[in-house]
Amino acid sequence: MVPLSWYLILSAVLFCLGVFGFLLKRNIITIFMSIELMLNAVNLTFVAFANYWNEHATLVSDKIIPLSGQVFVFFVMVVAAAEAAVGLAIIIAVFRTRETLNVDRVNLLKL
Amino acid sequence: MVHQVLFVIFALISVAGAVNLLAQRHPINSALSLVVVMGSLAMIYLLLGAEFVAAIQVIVYAGAIMVLFVFVIMLLNAGAEERTRGSRIALLLGVPGVLVLGCLVGWTMISNSRQLGGVSISPTNFGQTSNIARLLFRDFLLPFEITSVLILIAIMGAVVLGRRES
Repeated sequence: MVPLSWYLILSAVLFCLGVFGFLLKRNIITIFMSIELMLNAVNLTFVAFANYWNEHATLVSDKIIPLSGQVFVFFVMVVAAAEAAVGLAIIIAVFRTRETLNVDRVNLLKL
Repeated sequence: MVHQVLFVIFALISVAGAVNLLAQRHPINSALSLVVVMGSLAMIYLLLGAEFVAAIQVIVYAGAIMVLFVFVIMLLNAGAEERTRGSRIALLLGVPGVLVLGCLVGWTMISNSRQLGGVSISPTNFGQTSNIARLLFRDFLLPFEITSVLILIAIMGAVVLGRRES
């Protein structure tokens, strides 16, 4: 029996580390990886609450589908995969014209 | 007891991996530490009884997406990160904001942890693939079909963006 709050605190810590990476890193690929880290932190929250409502569903209402949190994680992963494919293609296109991965030198909204 | 010990071990591994992601200056090291984070998160999903999610976490995230990242890093021959100033407003406004947010969430969780209760590995085959499939193909059928269109658009976008203009 692990307290639910431990999972949520771990998720918050990972999310904050992801935001720090997003703010402080200068490499566009590392920034992208920080976004993936934030998505993972949110997924952990979804799975923890899915398990929680599976045990406590009767407390709230009958309409809660306890497993839907895990289905949401499935959708988040699908969207993350699509986002990774498009984002990395954009990074390659930016690198091809500018020869740099530093976000400080990618400051125009065109390729 | 075993459950808590395992949770603490994998939580520490994942936080260490996330800190290492920030500390490393070379993107390939960051990518590999992100694989560590995702692997230990898969273990935590197993502790929550979410077997299917743990499996696709390893296959899709630690497998497919991170391989894509490593491919791009090697393709672009990305070197160590340059040291530049970055934006002042991110440092002055963003970092304290995130710290406040993290402390607020942590404090709320700790002060309410008694009421929130606990979770354990569910005995009734909770996160089994068949249960999720039943939900996915019945209650969430329309979103599931729409994601296939989304993936198709993403593939076409990636191809168009990645094409070399001649």
